[in-house]
Amino acid sequence: MTTETVVIVGGGQAGAQSAVSLRQEGFTGRIVLIGDEPVLPYQRPPLSKTYLAGELAKERLFIKPAAFYDKVNIEHMLGQAVNAIDSSRQQISLKGGQNLSYDHLILATGGRVRPLSCPGASHSGVHYLRTLADVEAMQGKFTAGARLVVIGGGYVGLETAAVAVKHGLKVTLLVARPTPLGRVTSPEVGKFFEDVHREAGVTLCCNTEVKAIEDDVDNGRALAVVTDSGYRVLADMVVVGIGLLPNVELAAAAGIACDDGIVVDEYGRTSIDNIYAAGDCANHPNPIYQRRMRLESVQNAVDQSKAVAATICGKDKPYAQVPWFWSDQYDLKLQTAGINSGYDQAVVRGDIASRSFAVFYLRKGRLLAVDAINRPAEFVVARNILSKGLSVSAERLQDESIPAKALPDEHTEEPVKKEGLSQQQVA
Amino acid sequence: MIKVTYIESDGTSRDVNVEEGVNLMDAALDNMVPGIDGDCGGVCACATCHVHVEASWIDKLKPMDETEDAMLELTDDRNESSRLGCQIIATPELDGLIVYTPEGQH
Repeated sequence: MTTETVVIVGGGQAGAQSAVSLRQEGFTGRIVLIGDEPVLPYQRPPLSKTYLAGELAKERLFIKPAAFYDKVNIEHMLGQAVNAIDSSRQQISLKGGQNLSYDHLILATGGRVRPLSCPGASHSGVHYLRTLADVEAMQGKFTAGARLVVIGGGYVGLETAAVAVKHGLKVTLLVARPTPLGRVTSPEVGKFFEDVHREAGVTLCCNTEVKAIEDDVDNGRALAVVTDSGYRVLADMVVVGIGLLPNVELAAAAGIACDDGIVVDEYGRTSIDNIYAAGDCANHPNPIYQRRMRLESVQNAVDQSKAVAATICGKDKPYAQVPWFWSDQYDLKLQTAGINSGYDQAVVRGDIASRSFAVFYLRKGRLLAVDAINRPAEFVVARNILSKGLSVSAERLQDESIPAKALPDEHTEEPVKKEGLSQQQVA
Repeated sequence: MIKVTYIESDGTSRDVNVEEGVNLMDAALDNMVPGIDGDCGGVCACATCHVHVEASWIDKLKPMDETEDAMLELTDDRNESSRLGCQIIATPELDGLIVYTPEGQH
């Protein structure tokens, strides 16, 4: 029986998972979960998918029911922000003035939306999509016939556009890069999603930056989104999805090393003893890719939190997973395994026009990642190839006469972990 | 309400009354059944709600689709009784259903 206290700062996926995993690993001390949102930890992915579409009840968003926290004795302090960490006294102070002592501190502070910075960006008709409160602020405006301008061609922007156009909104999607999903995928897959959205009725403009948000003077409460090419797109509502900024300020102010996130090792340990970080805020080493990364995903939040909880419980379970992601748009399920940055070859398996295909990314003949569109078997086999260090040739990957399951080359099960998928430099 | 029995690898058995239309992953989470994670929230993306269905019930379930079949390949101990809890929706015909939660999943 330990009398230690773990304080978890952050009530999102990583915070909740850290608490749950501590109990699963046998931690018997006190667990205090502090969240700045006024609700128990919930899943964010549905916010731009089924929840936005009104297809998912609010109570289904919660990661665990309220009774769970009581049952396994996880204390939670919701709607509370942390002011500072005093690592020499192993204490945190809350904005409300209260102090809490810890033996172990987990920073699961997540991220906040990158704000639009152009003139007029603070207009009340400009919305973001990160929290439950963000979605609730949109409800009522998200109605058929309304004109919606979505700024940003990432997952959030595309998913929001898909839900909106299905609901009868008139949607314009403004994308800064040459294709949507430009930060995370290839031009081939980006172009595919561009076409899909156009066919669905979205007006999509690439290579388009927003210069200003103005009132539409002729028309009451409406807005005008002014682009760099001088167009004025009228809107009843604007949704911005231009990325996430990791919440590192609390850590940095306490002297914890930060570099695109809170710097941690494979056990989630920061540069200061007894302080850990996990989830969107944590910059960690990935042994498969042999480089540091900061990921914004459920998988990362869950698996990294498990490693932190195990470490606190004295177990050796380093975080060493293949990253994976998913996105639902229309009838399409995009599943991504691995990180494609640095690829020198993209191999398409299947017919893009059939809306069921996979694009495998290789570097020097070694698989780095896959984007699988309505191709779960290819997603699964790529995860297995990457996690087990198997090899597979480009020729086999595009040969549809070989079932996905049988794709790894035979007799090549020598691990490549040592060599990894190291890249000298990553964009 | 539809009665579903979840049996853990150590033999611990839990009866849960599941509302019609609710899937077995959500029902397990709501009732704090250990061994079911459901990391992706039930969209068949993560394979962390793997269950083995009692043999006599397998044919009474809706057949699995391609996605579920593929995702089950990510589980360690897949066999012919394997399903994903998020894809089994409680219906009156399933009253009395028995599922086993695998040892490796928690």
